[in-house]
Amino acid sequence: MEWFSRNLPYLLAGVSVGGQYALIAIGYTMVYGILRLINFAHGDIFMVAGLIMVYTSATLPMYVSIPIVLIATVLLGFVIERVAYKPLRSAPRMSIMISAIGVSYLLQNLALYITGGLAQQYPAIPWVSDTVQVFGATTKRVTVITPILTIILVVALVMLIKYTKIGMAMRAASKDFETSQLMGIKINSVISMTFIIGSFLAAVGSLLFFTNYTGVTPIAGAMPGLKAFVAAVFGGIGSIPGAVIGAFIIGICENIIKGMGWTTFSDAFTFALLIIILIAKPTGLFGEKETDKV
Amino acid sequence: MKKSLISVLLTTAVAASMVIGSAVPAFAADTVKIGVYEPASGDNGAGGKQETLGIQYANSIAPTVEIGGTEYNVELKVVDNESSNDKGPSAAASLVSEGVSIVLGSYGSGVSIAASDIFKEGGVPAMGVTCTNPQVTQGNTHYFRICFLDPFQGTVLANFANEKFEAKKAYVLTKLGDDYSTGLGHYFTKAFEELGGEVIAETFPEGNSDFASYITSAKNADASVFFAPVSTEAAALIIEQASAQGMEIPIMAGDTWDSNVILSAAKGKNVQVYVTTFYQEGGNPEFDEGMKEFINADSTAKANNGGDDTISAVSAMGYDAYFVALEALKAAGSTDPAAVNEALWDVTYEGVCGKVEFDDENGDAMRNTAYVKSANTETGAWEFVGEQSIK
Amino acid sequence: MTKKKETIINAALIAALLIVLFIMEQVLPPTAMIFTVLKKGAIYALVAVSMNLLNGFTGLFSLGQAGFMLLGAYTYGVLTIPADQRINVYQYFDGGVIQFAVPVIIALIAAGVVAAVFAFFIGLPVLRLKSDYLAIATLGFAEIIRAIFQWDKLGPLTNGSNLLRNYPTFKSVIYPFVVSGICIAVIVMLINSTYGRAFKAIRDDEVAAEAMGINLAHHKRMAFVISSFFAGISGALLAMYQTTIQASMFKSAMTYEILLIVVIGGIGSVTGSCISSFLFIICSEWLLRFLDNDTFIGSFHVPLLRAGFRKVVFSIIIMIIVLFFRKGIMGTREFSVRGIYNFFTGKSRKKKVPEGGGSNE
Repeated sequence: MEWFSRNLPYLLAGVSVGGQYALIAIGYTMVYGILRLINFAHGDIFMVAGLIMVYTSATLPMYVSIPIVLIATVLLGFVIERVAYKPLRSAPRMSIMISAIGVSYLLQNLALYITGGLAQQYPAIPWVSDTVQVFGATTKRVTVITPILTIILVVALVMLIKYTKIGMAMRAASKDFETSQLMGIKINSVISMTFIIGSFLAAVGSLLFFTNYTGVTPIAGAMPGLKAFVAAVFGGIGSIPGAVIGAFIIGICENIIKGMGWTTFSDAFTFALLIIILIAKPTGLFGEKETDKV
Repeated sequence: MKKSLISVLLTTAVAASMVIGSAVPAFAADTVKIGVYEPASGDNGAGGKQETLGIQYANSIAPTVEIGGTEYNVELKVVDNESSNDKGPSAAASLVSEGVSIVLGSYGSGVSIAASDIFKEGGVPAMGVTCTNPQVTQGNTHYFRICFLDPFQGTVLANFANEKFEAKKAYVLTKLGDDYSTGLGHYFTKAFEELGGEVIAETFPEGNSDFASYITSAKNADASVFFAPVSTEAAALIIEQASAQGMEIPIMAGDTWDSNVILSAAKGKNVQVYVTTFYQEGGNPEFDEGMKEFINADSTAKANNGGDDTISAVSAMGYDAYFVALEALKAAGSTDPAAVNEALWDVTYEGVCGKVEFDDENGDAMRNTAYVKSANTETGAWEFVGEQSIK
Repeated sequence: MTKKKETIINAALIAALLIVLFIMEQVLPPTAMIFTVLKKGAIYALVAVSMNLLNGFTGLFSLGQAGFMLLGAYTYGVLTIPADQRINVYQYFDGGVIQFAVPVIIALIAAGVVAAVFAFFIGLPVLRLKSDYLAIATLGFAEIIRAIFQWDKLGPLTNGSNLLRNYPTFKSVIYPFVVSGICIAVIVMLINSTYGRAFKAIRDDEVAAEAMGINLAHHKRMAFVISSFFAGISGALLAMYQTTIQASMFKSAMTYEILLIVVIGGIGSVTGSCISSFLFIICSEWLLRFLDNDTFIGSFHVPLLRAGFRKVVFSIIIMIIVLFFRKGIMGTREFSVRGIYNFFTGKSRKKKVPEGGGSNE
């Protein structure tokens, strides 16, 4: 029991951060599933969502600013796709990935310019930010909410993809991009929808993440973004349950590593895990096998 | 056609912006340039901006200096070293090529060390304002410093932890790749262990924002103080999460934490924060009043100071640094950097943070007192705890 | 224009460049900003070309460049710090374990070799992966290398996460030009050799290349190791340029920067990479710097200009290039005397080099 109460906080932190990674990872995995694009800017969209919250909540009450954050982030994701990715649809894959790196660079620099390079204090969201006791461990309520909310959202998303028309179109597009176009699927609206869902979840993720870790800096999205991407690859990119499980595994392992005193390697460990899984099973835990077509 | 149109537009834009850039108003012939090498972005951006504010305030009070019988306008050349050891040197090089007579800065030891050789090769003397790592000046004849050093500060903090909290076990958290953090952590550990204490040392990588596990580890280790000599950016996160997890042991830190970032993070939280610093607000009422007025008069200045008019020790140090630089220019009787460098060795100046006098070996100011402050979590202000020196 | 004549003109051009640099050094003050950016530009040209060898010529999308530069920079720093300085540099580790210093030229080569050896072992598992997976795995390795070099336990060797400094550096701007120039020349010769053709065949179609009898694994590994070797050397040069090094500066952002240089120059063009690295460095570190300062024209306060604006403008320019000038400055073409000659004499371009990308440095 003593051992349990000593180590519970690590587990709690791990589960909570894992849930936040999961919400970001879904955006990566859905975009990759359809466009075969590593959307490097996704982590920065997450950061921008945090900044929007900082600035809106400074003047508006919380119940107004949270919807604004969600809407603005979704818009941002939509616009980025239309401006930076759509014109390159027929270009080689490397060009579009580089465009993603360019967007990431631009968002970070814009954030740097607007914030003046200083960390912005994230506002406390009433109730969610309160301190609670969980089995004797003290933590914020958001730590407990995150995994629950994540699972609810993921279930909703899976239902959407399984049972709605747009979900069917998404599945078709990710199976075979070209054929699905021939079958009359409006590929542009499917892709936009993917970005909208991804950005929405990233905005929710940012609400949870920054409520826990309250400083928003221009590079605040980079590391969580990279780790969420690793989670997506780990779980098998293109697979939503895979991304979620991958994210929880990475979040928990990362905190266990820290708890063991190997703090220098907490980030490196994530990448080591990634490389091991890529070598052992290159398509990730739940990925589908791809064959080379000549 | 579209492409050529865009390229024409681009070219015009670049050309136009260059014209704007070169259209800086011409100054009178007698101008002496002082370089300000400070971070305005990145980890240490907040502190760097406050230090720059102090220098700018001093400049507004004494905009001219008499050198060798002629009145010179002092022009500040401010560059942003981005708190980054790889961007810093080119910022430093741009100062040197501007022909500055002396450079002030930087906040943050790593960037100062990184730029040291650039100043040396350019023959420009530099004066560290609040960079406390010994390596900044060690073995150099061109780098001076007006603040105390980490071996001193580390010992002060270790003594304080030992006397005030009777601490036998300390948890030390430092940031990887940050010379200030690693250095101060090292000297604290050394002094604390000499006093018979035990230290648990851990590190966090750049970009880390999840400190929950570190705080749990500190609690599990039954440490009696949490020592975190880190940037204000990480500090705010540590305070927030320590409070959320109900960590009761005091958090201690060095000079970087003397900032309103810390005060606003600690306000209303259940934490104890103790810092060592160079200056205590109220130490010089005249300076305090002028500085507050300066900050309040300009919205940009106020934003750079973190949105209120609390005076940071680094601003006071920046203020002193500027006047020490003027003294050196006067003593040199010339704007030639080499002459200023020579003159600096013998400069003495009574500043708002105490007397500045350089030793003959490394050009470090001889200081033997640090102030200890604690954050009042109700009012969000600093409370003076005492002066601490070492035997 | 005969082949021989062309070689002579090229040699003359290179000599002229060095002479111009030499004269500039005599005339301008040594602290002029132009030298700073030229030095850095030359170093980035080398690493950009080495990345281009992988990404542009072999079609291996690797993002590990910063990691290999780190290895090179550390090897150089650790080996060349004078023995009497070590106690100052390794201040927390009692002077470190190594108590000798080797000559600069040996350390430079060692920097390349260490990076190449690591690349060989990393390549064994990683090169089996394809495109994006390879990119993310190499990026991961770069991050792991960075963490290992910051590890306290290795402090006596690497000085932990602290700075390495006081090692020999270069003063003259000609130095990085000569070293980078030699290295780039070697890469160009490689690209024009049988191996180079095999690399390009792999880039264009792996399956077809294999069917033609090209040993995929062998050639990929070779490209990876050679590219890392030169990245290591450029890391060492960067260490010399910066006068201090630290593991924390070799972040993935650095790799992205190099990738952008390669893209702006044109993927698959050596001269493109060189030109764009100079443009990139000169713009970002020098010409655009005024955008960061508050500026007044008369009493008119120019809006928007304040710290950070330079980077915003810069990233917008990059986005425009990525979106509208997809092929970069040079595409897959090379800047060549013959090209200019043909351009001015009005010869048809089609008659030019029959095998695309005939380079001539």
